[in-house]
Amino acid sequence: MQRVDLPRIGTFAAWRDAARAHAAHGTPPEHLLWVREGDTSADLFATPAPPPEGGEITVPKRFVSLAKLAGHHADPERFALLYRLLTRLAAAPRLLDDRGDPLVDRLNRMAKEVGRDRHKMHAFLRFREVESTGRRHFAAWFEPSHPILEIATPFFADRFGDMNWSIFTPDMSAHFDGARVRFDDPVPRPDIGDDATEDLWRTYFRSIFNPARLKTKAMQAEMPKKYWANMPEAQDIPGLIARAETRAREMAEAAPSLPPLRASRIAVPPRPETADQFAAALSTCTRCDLCRHATQAVPGEGPADARLMLVGEQPGDQEDLAGRPFVGPAGKLLDRHLVEAAIDRDRVYLTNAVKHFKFRPQNKRRIHQTPNRTEVEHCRWWLDLERERVQPDLIVALGKTAALALTGNGDALLKRRGQFEATPDGTPVLITVHPSYLLRLPDPRLKAEEARAFTDDLAKARDHLAA
Amino acid sequence: MVKRTLQEKLAILSDAAKYDASCASSGGERRNSRDGGIGSTTGSGICHAYAPDGRCISLLKILMTNFCIYDCAYCVNRVSSNVERARFTPAEVVELTLEFYRRNYIEGLFLSSGIIKSPDDTMSDMVEIARSLREDHGFRGYIHLKTIPDAAPELIDAAGRHADRLSINVELPTDAGVEAYAPEKSPDQIRRAMADVRLRKEASRERSHTGKRAPKFAPAGQSTQMIVGADGATDSTILQSSTRLYSSYKLKRVYYSAFSPIPDSSAKLPLIKPPLMREHRLYQADWLLRFYGFDVGEIVANRPDGNLDLNVDPKLAWALANRHLFPVNVNLADREMLLRVPGIGTRSVGRILAARRHRALRYDDLRRMGANLKSAKAFITALDWTPRGLLDQDNLRARFAPEPEQLSLF
Repeated sequence: MQRVDLPRIGTFAAWRDAARAHAAHGTPPEHLLWVREGDTSADLFATPAPPPEGGEITVPKRFVSLAKLAGHHADPERFALLYRLLTRLAAAPRLLDDRGDPLVDRLNRMAKEVGRDRHKMHAFLRFREVESTGRRHFAAWFEPSHPILEIATPFFADRFGDMNWSIFTPDMSAHFDGARVRFDDPVPRPDIGDDATEDLWRTYFRSIFNPARLKTKAMQAEMPKKYWANMPEAQDIPGLIARAETRAREMAEAAPSLPPLRASRIAVPPRPETADQFAAALSTCTRCDLCRHATQAVPGEGPADARLMLVGEQPGDQEDLAGRPFVGPAGKLLDRHLVEAAIDRDRVYLTNAVKHFKFRPQNKRRIHQTPNRTEVEHCRWWLDLERERVQPDLIVALGKTAALALTGNGDALLKRRGQFEATPDGTPVLITVHPSYLLRLPDPRLKAEEARAFTDDLAKARDHLAA
Repeated sequence: MVKRTLQEKLAILSDAAKYDASCASSGGERRNSRDGGIGSTTGSGICHAYAPDGRCISLLKILMTNFCIYDCAYCVNRVSSNVERARFTPAEVVELTLEFYRRNYIEGLFLSSGIIKSPDDTMSDMVEIARSLREDHGFRGYIHLKTIPDAAPELIDAAGRHADRLSINVELPTDAGVEAYAPEKSPDQIRRAMADVRLRKEASRERSHTGKRAPKFAPAGQSTQMIVGADGATDSTILQSSTRLYSSYKLKRVYYSAFSPIPDSSAKLPLIKPPLMREHRLYQADWLLRFYGFDVGEIVANRPDGNLDLNVDPKLAWALANRHLFPVNVNLADREMLLRVPGIGTRSVGRILAARRHRALRYDDLRRMGANLKSAKAFITALDWTPRGLLDQDNLRARFAPEPEQLSLF
């Protein structure tokens, strides 16, 4: 039996070096006794032996991170277990995948306990300000369950860059000066003195507690009592619990106070005349159910004297968020075709047959759904108001829903495209496809053909106005 | 009015903030202060203390002021309430945040406010606090700002540049509820504000034509909160509403807050015992929707009143109602089906899938992999385990539901 002595500071690094050398030389686990400075269970009969020289081994990256945590466990067997796993990995490199293996499981559990202990140290350590010249200096006493100070300090160094701090634990102490962390042997618990900010913190702790929701088990599951001794706010817990029920009852029993009288807020909106009035009235529309799901109603956009009006189906995801028509992918495609057909978008009034986005939530996305006839009918009231205000010479219906809303005829679209129909009051309507139809076509050849046809339709609209 | 001390203000303004459930300090980017300034974010958030209500204390959660011109019936700070009022100066909030932070009490600041004068005035004070923390003090910890729906766009923009997370509360699950109990708030405007945050966040990820990146905008995203039990909305309505919010505005979280008694309540909204179990079940269902591939319809399918079963968790309830799909063979089933087994969570599923590539799994393996076999054992088969008649027992549900309460003689 050989004894491997490990120092108190830098224990893990020393173990790693020794374990690497022994594993490379094939020392069996049962021949080694790992002893950390300060461990009580040292076997004095084993002979201390320096590890053999040299040797290389490779291990999965995951073993290193597992060992780094489990190696800081308080269990005196930690290094023996890790070394045993290390020797088994040579024959079975995929062993770490198997959480059902008892050794892998045990070390993972130990690593988890250490990880949790470190997390709790990051959470529950409390600094007090101490006197200093120059940089402000803070100090804390903390009692972790495992000797974790070395792996716990990088967090504090990352976080408190502009101040000096000292952390004392029963196992070791650490000091930070802004550049590096220095570790030192343990000292008896130092007297850190008072810090007036603790009173403010306790005030906060008492006030943020809601006595109507007393759940002490949930509190203790996350903040076990063993940590309370070093947390200033914990001394308030018993009093808060004791008075919670009375406070909750008093709230319930107190008679409600009377609210002040308020003028009724009823106002009947006038029939919208201008674009602003129109948008305001539209934003409160509840004619159909779509308003309950969409973000907002999207009004049309464009000059009030536009000669050409383009009517799409409904706002999509992007339009719904932005509150403007044709800003999503289909809108961008439409823009390109307008350019090709030599139509100035700024001279066109763009709107939709239905003003709210209809969709079905699917996981984290919204799937477009075609509005039904009733929704189209309800929303025509708004489309008619827009037509009245703009009085275009020609309307282009993009897709079937628009064609339905404008002409009352919802028949198949592809047979009608490129033809002139009319609204009931006689405004000519040129029927064509919706740009999103082009986006959906999978066959590139068909897509190119259809894109050309779409540009032709738009050009036809331009020629009609020029004539 | 007598001038209040900082301690008195803190007591009033944290008391006023405690009804907001959110306290997360997670998500977003990682930062540290190795090269100057103070503070870090690790990406996963830390709960620095727990109050006896079981809630985590991660951020300094305060109101800038609890003066408010709105009159929301459920809110302790409504204009018609007679609670004590106070107001912090921006400098006081900055100092409290930094001093608490240096002592490792908190991860950062969660700042909300009553509406004073106008939404823009209030919002610009809040933005000033965040700006001062970031720019004057080099603060790199977490900042969560509650935005005010109708504040000016440039204020929202500035808020998003300084804060990690923005949130706007939808308050109640239905539009009708908001209109009835929060008369000055408009559900429409709240949705538009959330849409605006999503668009700004997406725009901040795009590079300009010169390849430059826009400044970061709320890297930890946005969240919202709904009060549960104040209006008549059922769990089904609430969950549908959340699904819509998640899909429409890419929310990181929807918080459910059991309607809790407040001092000086309103006659419009009588106090109740806070429905804590209902709140808990809603969170469980929310998890099923986001991480387990369930949809709302399935979760509430067998509930005639549209509310979740309070006695058993929603996943178990679903499994009990769909026994024909079980038992599931843990050595063969796909990820989707494993995720539906009660007692097996996302992590255990990952471990099962990794381990079974090498060998077939036994009952004890599952225990070591973190499965809760008390719940799972009736619904699975493993190499050395079959539930036999367990699954078909009529009283299977009773094994999980709590004992009925003993009636007392009157």
